Amino acid sequence: MFSEEKLNKVKEIIARYPAGKQKSALIPLLHLAQEEFGGWLSAETMDYVASLLQIKPIEVYEVATFYSMFNLKPVGKYVFEVCQTGPCMLLGSDNIIDYIKKKLDIGVGETTKDGLFTLKTAECLGACGYAPMMQLGKHFREHLTPEKVDAIIEECRVKAN
Amino acid sequence: MGRKLLFDKAHIEGIRYYDVYRANGGYGSAEKALKSMKPEEVLEEVKKSGLRGRGGAGFPTGMKWSFIAKPEGVPRYLVCNADESEPGTFKDRYLMEFIPHLLIEGLLISSYTLGCNSCYIYIRGEYAWIPDILEQAIAEAKKNGWLGKNIQGTGFDLEIYVQRGAGAYICGEETALIESLEGKRGNPRIKPPFPAVKGLWDCPTVVNNVETLAAVVPILRIGGDEYAKYGIGKSTGTKLISACGNINKPGVYEIEMNISVEEFIYSDEYCGGIANGKRLKACIPGGSSVPILPANLLLKTAKGEQRMMTYEGLADGGFATGTMLGSGGFIVLDEDQCIVRNTLTFARFYHHESCGQCSPCREGTGWMKRVLQNIENGKGKMSDIDLLWDIQRKIEGNTICPLGDAAAWPVAAAIRHFRDEFEWHVLHPEEATKRNFGLAHYADPLEIAAPAAV
Repeated sequence: MFSEEKLNKVKEIIARYPAGKQKSALIPLLHLAQEEFGGWLSAETMDYVASLLQIKPIEVYEVATFYSMFNLKPVGKYVFEVCQTGPCMLLGSDNIIDYIKKKLDIGVGETTKDGLFTLKTAECLGACGYAPMMQLGKHFREHLTPEKVDAIIEECRVKAN
Repeated sequence: MGRKLLFDKAHIEGIRYYDVYRANGGYGSAEKALKSMKPEEVLEEVKKSGLRGRGGAGFPTGMKWSFIAKPEGVPRYLVCNADESEPGTFKDRYLMEFIPHLLIEGLLISSYTLGCNSCYIYIRGEYAWIPDILEQAIAEAKKNGWLGKNIQGTGFDLEIYVQRGAGAYICGEETALIESLEGKRGNPRIKPPFPAVKGLWDCPTVVNNVETLAAVVPILRIGGDEYAKYGIGKSTGTKLISACGNINKPGVYEIEMNISVEEFIYSDEYCGGIANGKRLKACIPGGSSVPILPANLLLKTAKGEQRMMTYEGLADGGFATGTMLGSGGFIVLDEDQCIVRNTLTFARFYHHESCGQCSPCREGTGWMKRVLQNIENGKGKMSDIDLLWDIQRKIEGNTICPLGDAAAWPVAAAIRHFRDEFEWHVLHPEEATKRNFGLAHYADPLEIAAPAAV
């Protein structure tokens, strides 16, 4: 359940659309729910969002499964989403992905045993001029090198403690 | 130095904020439009400017606006397409991040012209920090009387809302974007009806790219006729080009559409040449979906003329020997890059992003990816190259939306111009996993056929 503050945010989002068109708030609400409830969307969370918008749960499931930013199973506290499309590949994204795999001892789509890190590959994130890059939470980490990756991992470990 | 119309004030410190933007002439165009011009007069200026959609298709903006239906008592909507997702493209991100008020002002003028009182900016979900910047700019504009009710005492009302997507390239297609904005899967709609008649919530809707809407501001400032004097022929004005790949100075550049591709790549004003002293092998000048060209066809057209950075210049020669300006996502490949691998990453991209509605796209993109994977991994057969050609031909033109074409073109162009490299991969599988084909003959001067004697 959302806090009162978040419920006010929900109301504010729904008010952006004409009366009766509250379903338009679905994607913004799923983002909000994912942030609030551990970085992923469980069936319960999706049902809750459906009840807030007075739509059927299936209408939420079909949307949540379509968009790649919604996680449908638990993820680590920090999700590394490394871009692997053309422009990033030209500047060595494959090496960055291999480096992270070795460093964290996980494969793509896996989470470290301590639950801290998940590695995912992503398709073009719109930072082609600053390649190679990855998304970490709300922000982009650009011009990646193995040294930068080390520093980011360290930064996350410190923050987690 | 090329003349600038969008980024002319981008270097001013604090231009992201209202006070600085306003102090430097910001909202001057909106003031002019709302206080001294009728909507039809603004539309006329946009038509005269020759402005073409900057998202990729290049459709004349004034004409698109004139199609909007105006049934009595039905609201009309303006939707700003900020779902910038075409690989190689990151220009709108820069504009929204650093000069958000330029976009807000463009939205205000455009909404006034179209008679819209609600406007939605649909931004790709991954640009997660930019909505905060836009919402702050919207709040500042509202506080200063440029949004909300009775704007500057003119009686015109406008609200702008920011909506985040959630990671789906297809939502850059206007009808998929509208579906997404309605809270649904991003499945493109069959056209007609076009959004201008039946768009968001079945109401008349115009969907324009960020850069297109921002360009309305300088058009109003200098006038449509003056804007049309920038550039060459039907490529009027300036264009934002996001340059990336193996160049010395990647980044977002505003160019006047009158320079050559050679100048753009090699001059210090723009890309500053190929990185690490390497040689140019190939380039995809308009985002991943436009045809890749080898160096020799990129710098000069098949007729031996200098190729220009314009809609017509890049398209010179059609798909046989030309390409497209597209979204301005300019991807440069140096002599060490592998065309097969590069094509594979794009095939994988389109497979990942296909919405799955149309069989040719849903099945074909995955099939092309698997065949390319085999060739890349040294398991390819000669017949695979023809198979790829066959698959892409069967996707192109056979889907509801242009994603099918966008997936087909990069594969087609790679085979058309780099067939030798694909064959080398098949014939030398061992070697191909260890080294790249290199520059080969792709930068050699072309033989220009003499005109046939009449």
